Amino acid sequence: MDFINAFVVLANFVIVPGLAYGAQLALGALGVTLIYGILRFSNFAHGDTMAFGTAITIIGTNALLALGITFGPLPTALLALPFGIAITCLLLLGTDWAVYKFYRTKKAAPVILVIVSMGVMFVMNGIVRFIIGVNDINFADGERFVVTARGFREATGLAEGLAIRTTQVITVVVALIAMALLFWFLNKTRTGKSMRAFSDNEDLALLSGINPDRVVMVTWMIVAALATTAGVLYGLDKSFKAFTYFQLLLPIFAAAIVGGLGNPLGAIAGGFVIAFSEVTVTYAWRRVVSYLLPEDMAPDGLLQLMSTDYKFAVSFAILIIVLLFKPTGLFKGQSV
Amino acid sequence: MNPAIRAPLLFGFVAVLMIGTGIVQGWNSALLILNMGLISAIMALGVNLQWGFAGLFNIGVMGFVALGGLAAVLVSTPPTPGAFAAGGWNILIGLTLGAATVVAAVLAQSRMQKGRLRTFTTLAILIVGFFVYRAVFDPGVDAIEAINPSVSGNIGGLNLPILLSWPVGGLLAGAAAWVIGKTALGLRSDYLAIATLGIAEIIIAVLKNEDWLSRGVKNVIGLPRPVPFEIELQQDPAFVERALSLGMNPVTASGIYTKLAYAGLFVVVLLILLWMAEKALNSPWGRMMRAIRDNETAARAMGKDVTARHLQIFILGSAICGIAGAMMTTLDGQLTPGSYQPLRFTFLVWVMVIVGGSGNNWGAVLGGILIWWLWVQVEPMGLALMQLLSSGLTDGSALQTRMIDAAAHMRLLTMGLLMLIVLRFSPRGLIPER
Repeated sequence: MDFINAFVVLANFVIVPGLAYGAQLALGALGVTLIYGILRFSNFAHGDTMAFGTAITIIGTNALLALGITFGPLPTALLALPFGIAITCLLLLGTDWAVYKFYRTKKAAPVILVIVSMGVMFVMNGIVRFIIGVNDINFADGERFVVTARGFREATGLAEGLAIRTTQVITVVVALIAMALLFWFLNKTRTGKSMRAFSDNEDLALLSGINPDRVVMVTWMIVAALATTAGVLYGLDKSFKAFTYFQLLLPIFAAAIVGGLGNPLGAIAGGFVIAFSEVTVTYAWRRVVSYLLPEDMAPDGLLQLMSTDYKFAVSFAILIIVLLFKPTGLFKGQSV
Repeated sequence: MNPAIRAPLLFGFVAVLMIGTGIVQGWNSALLILNMGLISAIMALGVNLQWGFAGLFNIGVMGFVALGGLAAVLVSTPPTPGAFAAGGWNILIGLTLGAATVVAAVLAQSRMQKGRLRTFTTLAILIVGFFVYRAVFDPGVDAIEAINPSVSGNIGGLNLPILLSWPVGGLLAGAAAWVIGKTALGLRSDYLAIATLGIAEIIIAVLKNEDWLSRGVKNVIGLPRPVPFEIELQQDPAFVERALSLGMNPVTASGIYTKLAYAGLFVVVLLILLWMAEKALNSPWGRMMRAIRDNETAARAMGKDVTARHLQIFILGSAICGIAGAMMTTLDGQLTPGSYQPLRFTFLVWVMVIVGGSGNNWGAVLGGILIWWLWVQVEPMGLALMQLLSSGLTDGSALQTRMIDAAAHMRLLTMGLLMLIVLRFSPRGLIPER
């Protein structure tokens, strides 16, 4: 029975990666949920928006590196992030002006907007491939680890090591800052309040003189910031590949729906629920269990519930369970 | 324009495109495009049934297509010697136990009194069932995958004619659609979309990882063919003589012959399905479907069971996609789970339906063939365009290489723009619903 080592293994392979992945999903889900709340459709182009923002940020990073500018121990991509956000912002506002606005003024059915967003997804996917190609790109630089497994072992004298990568810490910190800013904006500023009013009841909001165009514009700008940040953090933590970002759509939507579509708090909770269930179900528990059980009872198998390739199945199963038992999500979301 | 003239004109235009391709790029490539176009048309018919008739938003087409492909393998390949004896029973019993667990859990949920006891019982059934299932299932998988993994390592098939796999593919896809429909239909439209997107990814994950079933990413190649092999024709003196007497190279002629044979088979299936879809559209059932689509509440007030009808048409549409999937794998002669991409198999089919005209079967067929032609031709066209645009630049300059590389990604951009333009300016498609 060795609780400390068991906990260290658990922290190393489940808690730390789960926290980072959860923060990335939460940021993505926040974007989806905001669009759903304000513009009232599920945006299938969100994964590709994230990919676009990340691609631009990578280009910015390369430009900075070419100029010899780095961010010391932190990844240079963080310096290029504002640039990525700005360009993504322009792209989203342009898309809204060229595509979505027409359907909004026509008051088209939400499902039409979803199909339109599919077309936008195609175009954005094409643009991303145009500007950066389809290869796997690793753009994390700076210090790799905050705590290395070896350093941890030497410092604590434990048998198991705990490695915490810089990107994981950055992910969590940046995500927390972004969420705090978002909630401050939504709850304290006049524009944020008008956005919430618009989301709760469009007619009443219009009646009280809220300018819908402004609300929509601000929403797209926030979504651009969230999507780019989520994409860059994910890319720093893993790597950038256009197709993986498209596949992130499923866990992100699962997170948004599990939390309750249209509810920002729910999106964050949903992100962590999905991330931790993916990690725990696909993790091989053998080492944790063998520390907890007496030696002669140590398990033979890997104790892995499902192979990692089925991680989509996990987010999907959770999504279905929540939809069946609590269709509006864990936190009360909208249900049209 | 009068739709009675418009549709034949558009089909004539597609025929001209195909003939033009045949003249410029050779008849073999034209027939290759036509064959995939016919299969795409069948997929589009299936999606049109769901979206055009009933307004169901299914973006899991890829999954149903892949199930059809699986059917082709399971029906046509010879069984692996000793595989069934090694682990077949474990797998069958394991799968049955797994299904029984789910059924028991569902029964517990529906039959027991609401409360803590019900939650506990359901959870207990699921957890115990999962471990029992793994305990029975895993040894079977290990045993089968151990059999000569470099060439087989899977359970093999039934060694039946591959044509039989087409209806079987439809049945498999329909069965999967029943499970999805039972859970996700009746929820909001975008929830169904997410659910189908998820199930498609899961089906592909199963195909990639369950090596005992279809060898996973090791692929199954050399599936039996319903038509003769080119090489057999080239060695057949009678065929060579016929080809030469027609003034054709026997190698080219054999390719054209087999492709024409495939095209004939596909046209038969397409015509049968199209006839059935047209009959369905113009029957009371079809009118009811459109009534449900246009106003669900009113249809419900008239006593129509909306959820049951949705389930019905969801299964039918998915089954058609499954048939098309089996046909495609037959045409390819191999099952490569790694090649199933949602952009190519789900979203492209949607572009076909939208551009062709949702709600109109002829529109879906037209869209299927036309968009497939475009999908194939956009890349060479893009390349030519880029070469023209960059011809002023110095040869081998960075910008020029970049532009020519970028031509490979023209497809998605073109398809997306086309879809957006059609949705904006002609939302009813090329051949609108009557």
